[in-house]
Amino acid sequence: MTSKLTTSNRAGWAFALPGFGLIALFIVIPFFFAFYLSLTNQRLISPNPTEFVGLKNYDNLLSIGVLTIEPERDDSGAIVRDDNGVPEYPRVRGFTRNNPDYPQFDGMREWFRWQSGDTAKVVVASDVVFWKSLWNTVKFVIVVAPVQAGLALCLALLINQRLRGINVYRAIYFMPVVVSIVVVSLLWRFLYSPDNGLLNNMLHGLSFGLFEPHDWLGNPDTALGSIMAMSIWQAVGFHMVIWLAGLQTISPSLYEAASIEGASKWQTFRYVTWPGLRNTAVLVLIVITMQAFALFAQIDVMTNGGPLDSTTTLVFQTVERGYGKQDISGGATISVILFLLVLSISLIQRFLTRER
Amino acid sequence: MKMTATLTAALLATTVWATMAAAQTDLSMWYHGAGNPKEAAVLQTIIDDFNASQSDWLVAVESFPQESYNDSVVAAALAGNLPDIIDVDGPVMPNWAWSGYLQPLQIDETKIENFLPGPKGYWDGKLYSIGLWDAAVALVTRQSILDDLGLRTPTLEQPWTQEEFMGALEAAKATGTYDYPLDLGMAWTGEWYPYAFSPFLQSFGGDLVDRSTYLTAEGALNGDAAMAFGEWWQGLFANDLAPGTSQDPAARETGFQDGKYAFSWNGNWAAKNILETFDDTVFLPAPDFGAGPKIGAASWQFGVSSASKHPDGASAFIEFALQDKYLADFSNAIGLIPPTASAAQMTENYKDGGPMAVFYDLTKAQALVRPVTPGYVVEAKVFEKALADIANGADVADTLDAATDEINADIERNSGYGHSE
Repeated sequence: MTSKLTTSNRAGWAFALPGFGLIALFIVIPFFFAFYLSLTNQRLISPNPTEFVGLKNYDNLLSIGVLTIEPERDDSGAIVRDDNGVPEYPRVRGFTRNNPDYPQFDGMREWFRWQSGDTAKVVVASDVVFWKSLWNTVKFVIVVAPVQAGLALCLALLINQRLRGINVYRAIYFMPVVVSIVVVSLLWRFLYSPDNGLLNNMLHGLSFGLFEPHDWLGNPDTALGSIMAMSIWQAVGFHMVIWLAGLQTISPSLYEAASIEGASKWQTFRYVTWPGLRNTAVLVLIVITMQAFALFAQIDVMTNGGPLDSTTTLVFQTVERGYGKQDISGGATISVILFLLVLSISLIQRFLTRER
Repeated sequence: MKMTATLTAALLATTVWATMAAAQTDLSMWYHGAGNPKEAAVLQTIIDDFNASQSDWLVAVESFPQESYNDSVVAAALAGNLPDIIDVDGPVMPNWAWSGYLQPLQIDETKIENFLPGPKGYWDGKLYSIGLWDAAVALVTRQSILDDLGLRTPTLEQPWTQEEFMGALEAAKATGTYDYPLDLGMAWTGEWYPYAFSPFLQSFGGDLVDRSTYLTAEGALNGDAAMAFGEWWQGLFANDLAPGTSQDPAARETGFQDGKYAFSWNGNWAAKNILETFDDTVFLPAPDFGAGPKIGAASWQFGVSSASKHPDGASAFIEFALQDKYLADFSNAIGLIPPTASAAQMTENYKDGGPMAVFYDLTKAQALVRPVTPGYVVEAKVFEKALADIANGADVADTLDAATDEINADIERNSGYGHSE
């Protein structure tokens, strides 16, 4: 195998060269370059020389700790409680700003907290925005990957029939894919508009005026969900086509055999269609996962990461820091972390879906 | 011998001819205003006049859309392809000067002594850029609204205090006729936030960065004054006095004319349209929150790139452009504020009694340039995010602390941006 690849296959290598060359030039080399930059203090533009700073960038991004805060006590030692009986705590900034007793938390900020008895456990991180964007990205992937893949499969099953005019539906479902994501994002921004958005008007009309207009993108609780819904709608057609291609490779004779055996519709799907789609399923899941991790354009156009960092993502932060704040090394660090993340998830997916 | 003489003569003739043809040296120029034919026409007039007025230099301009202009300059600087003359947004100038994209102008400074302070781009004691106009922001409303609400008309000498301003907003809210009393323009993300809103912070007594050293934001952006500003800012949105970050951009453009808002915090570039809608439009000065009323200053300005081999020619062009008639042309074409009083008298809108003359006075009385430091580019981004977060309900002290830390970390990473104790 090895000898065949290296010796007697010159034409093959020649054909592969343009592809390999471009991949090396635009993907492999930039990645190593990013890894190198993440170990320096490189700026986008600066007269200062670039210095090697070791793992400082990673340290700044990833430092995280748990701070235990005792509730405030009055002079008699009793815990101060507010009107609802919840203990009151001193402010976190008292511990993290210029406090010589807690040098390990200096400059950190609160990410979230929970209650353990009367003490509060506060998770503090030196770069809360990074952790929030990591968490948002993971949430996005966890929701979008299965829902988009499932929805795309349903659509593919629906249009995989010989009916008059079925091509019209195929075209309609595929349409959002060919429209630029920036245009789609702008349109959905209008749909979600709090004032006279189509979505609010529609819900208002359908509920006979019971529904109060909601600020979909302006509310931290619904902003990411709104972007998920829009993203699923936009790319579902693409994955539908891949499923469709998979469906059409399944031999009709298998379906004929199943119907002769008296299989129900569900049994046909479960024992003929689904096993036949195995490889397609692996491909669709990996592609969606990678695309979902790269979430950027929708965020950039619709929310800019807000409100309150509820929609910021890793790629958005990479661009925001590297270009907006001219901190190339900071952006490079995030992209290296993202690469390792996507790589390990892809490897896990490959392992779980391997041929047994 | 004769042969040599002929040859010499021929050689001489060729040289003279070549020198004459090359008498006008080409100067390239980049401009951010692509897509605005009126603006381009004024600039082209200046260039044509300059090229005709002397025989040493020939300026040719290339225009870029504003959104991609800064990126183009940065990319050209990295690739070593900068033109001779570039225009630069005022607050960004120190960053480009520090990065070595610009060289100081060789301009007779007596020519600009009558200029408003905003258009003059000084960094490190040297003049790097000069603007042919300035821009200003005012509190736009109608005389009829002030009368209905029974409000005193604030003046430059006696602007509204914080109590009066908040009283005006509450009074407008109480009428119930407006969606919101005040339109701040939260839909305009980007440079609008630091340009339009950092003067509020400065009027409270805070700032983006400590201007005595430019080495830290501690105390300026998270001191008591800044905390007071943050609480006030959050209150505007928590009490439904102003639409928040999800404001519809269309509502920003026409909401005031449609009667959605009683007051609008808006720039002189929008004034023309509003004046056409309501003839009783008034432009009120910024309220005084304690440390004096403030508005932003400095718009786009011209500078000479460090790559230019003919800085004398480039400077000559810029000096030529500083004539009052051109300043007036720009103002008449796109409504900008002329930087000299004499040019202002030559314009329709800014001459004494002109409908927008108040903007000239506002700029003169209240304008404060954004922090003059290469770090401003990052400070602006950090400030924008902090304001958006506070408007959306984030804890004021924690947010301002975080912004302070981020600015300080950036200054440290850049070894002080050339500032020293």
